Amino acid sequence: MSHSNTAIMSIENPQVVVENLNFFYGSSQALKDVSFGIPQSQVTALIGPSGCGKSTFLRCINRMNDLVEGLRIEGLITIDGENINDTSLDVIELRRKVGMVFQKWNPFPKSIYENVIYGLRIAGIKERRVLDQAVEQSLKRAALWDEVKDRLQQSAMGLSGGQMQRLCIARAVAVNPEIILMDEPCSALDPRSTSRIEDLIRELRGEYTIIIVTHNMQQAARISDYTAYMYLGELIEYGPTQKLFTVPERKETEDYITGRFG
Amino acid sequence: MAHNIQTEIETLKGHIVYLSTVVEENMQCAIKALIEKNSDLAYQVMQTDRCEVDHIETDVEQECLRIMALHQPVASDLRFLVTALKVNSDLERIGDLVAKIADKVLLLYKADPVKFLSDSMQIPEMFNGMFDKTVWMFKQAMEAFVNEDTDLAYKVCLADDEVDQAKRTIYSELEESIMSDPAQHVYLAKLLSVARSTERIADHCTNICEDIIYMAQGRIVRHNH
Repeated sequence: MSHSNTAIMSIENPQVVVENLNFFYGSSQALKDVSFGIPQSQVTALIGPSGCGKSTFLRCINRMNDLVEGLRIEGLITIDGENINDTSLDVIELRRKVGMVFQKWNPFPKSIYENVIYGLRIAGIKERRVLDQAVEQSLKRAALWDEVKDRLQQSAMGLSGGQMQRLCIARAVAVNPEIILMDEPCSALDPRSTSRIEDLIRELRGEYTIIIVTHNMQQAARISDYTAYMYLGELIEYGPTQKLFTVPERKETEDYITGRFG
Repeated sequence: MAHNIQTEIETLKGHIVYLSTVVEENMQCAIKALIEKNSDLAYQVMQTDRCEVDHIETDVEQECLRIMALHQPVASDLRFLVTALKVNSDLERIGDLVAKIADKVLLLYKADPVKFLSDSMQIPEMFNGMFDKTVWMFKQAMEAFVNEDTDLAYKVCLADDEVDQAKRTIYSELEESIMSDPAQHVYLAKLLSVARSTERIADHCTNICEDIIYMAQGRIVRHNH
């Protein structure tokens, strides 16, 4: 991967490699020649104003855009060296490997237990012992076990917003993904629940590669190792979070993170 | 929030410039008090340090902390506020050293007013060059702060060596004078302290300039980094 732009840092041995990615919704281009590498077992934050292509980019990584009518994608995205847009690729397997947590928690109207093992059931796993173990492990990883262990068979709809979002994270990790995509996971949560999710992201780091879209600049600064700033579909700057938030290289980044933008 | 962060920063910058003006005027007065053996002026310098410089420093620090808490600054805003806190502290320390010079004038006067005002106690010529260079460093450091002028900041840092050399020369000459005329040792020891305070003022000017380089470029250049 080569970058003519020095504000986009090259990562050694990246897990996700994006090369010259262009994405079109019909005639409208949402991503313009985006190239960068995302490191394994680290947290990478995507920041930028609304409509800059962050969520579109995120959804490219597990091909969630496939169902969008009139989309066109150019360029290359590889995960562990494999082209994810290859026609022979099993999209279900890709989405097992790349889990996703959304802005608004979306538990199924089922028990807490059934929510966690939903992906495993779809994969055909029926053995009770394996499922029980997966529930406990996933809820512990999502820092929810202690709060729900005595009511696993109760409806997930009775949980608080913050608990539901952690349940969604438990559901995502139950299928043993390698990468977790998070699209503004705290935007609808109160400060206390946000803090718990941020703690959780820090704990999951090291075990999973996490790519998070956030509008909260302080959150990006607190939880991520690397930050990418996008504007109008272009990747403007990408590098270590500490550097980007103290000495950004590009004026556009400086203007955005200091609120001078626009 | 009452203001946006840019407005807050401009106001804060104005307060730091005001503090530097008070400190600079006080420095000029302390030097004048020493050279002209003016104890009233020396007393006034000490009063200004206690009543004005220290209060402005506290206000500026509180202002910095308030802006940080309310705006959670990043990038150039963060670097400015961190620098402002450090420059503020350096200015207060310079103010203390200026007061220390004035204090030496008062001590000499109180010890023996007649002798102090007589011609036998002259401030050696070699102090003039050191005072001039130190005042120049202070003025240029503050100009570099206002204009974020890193070239000027580097120039000021280099001038510190000249002040250090001047202090060494003054020390060796004063030590020789003490040996040859031990009766004058109280007076000459006070002058040693003045040279030491002046050299420390120049060190603080260098600190300010190193912080200006960080503010403008994001590079820490202290300790030859």
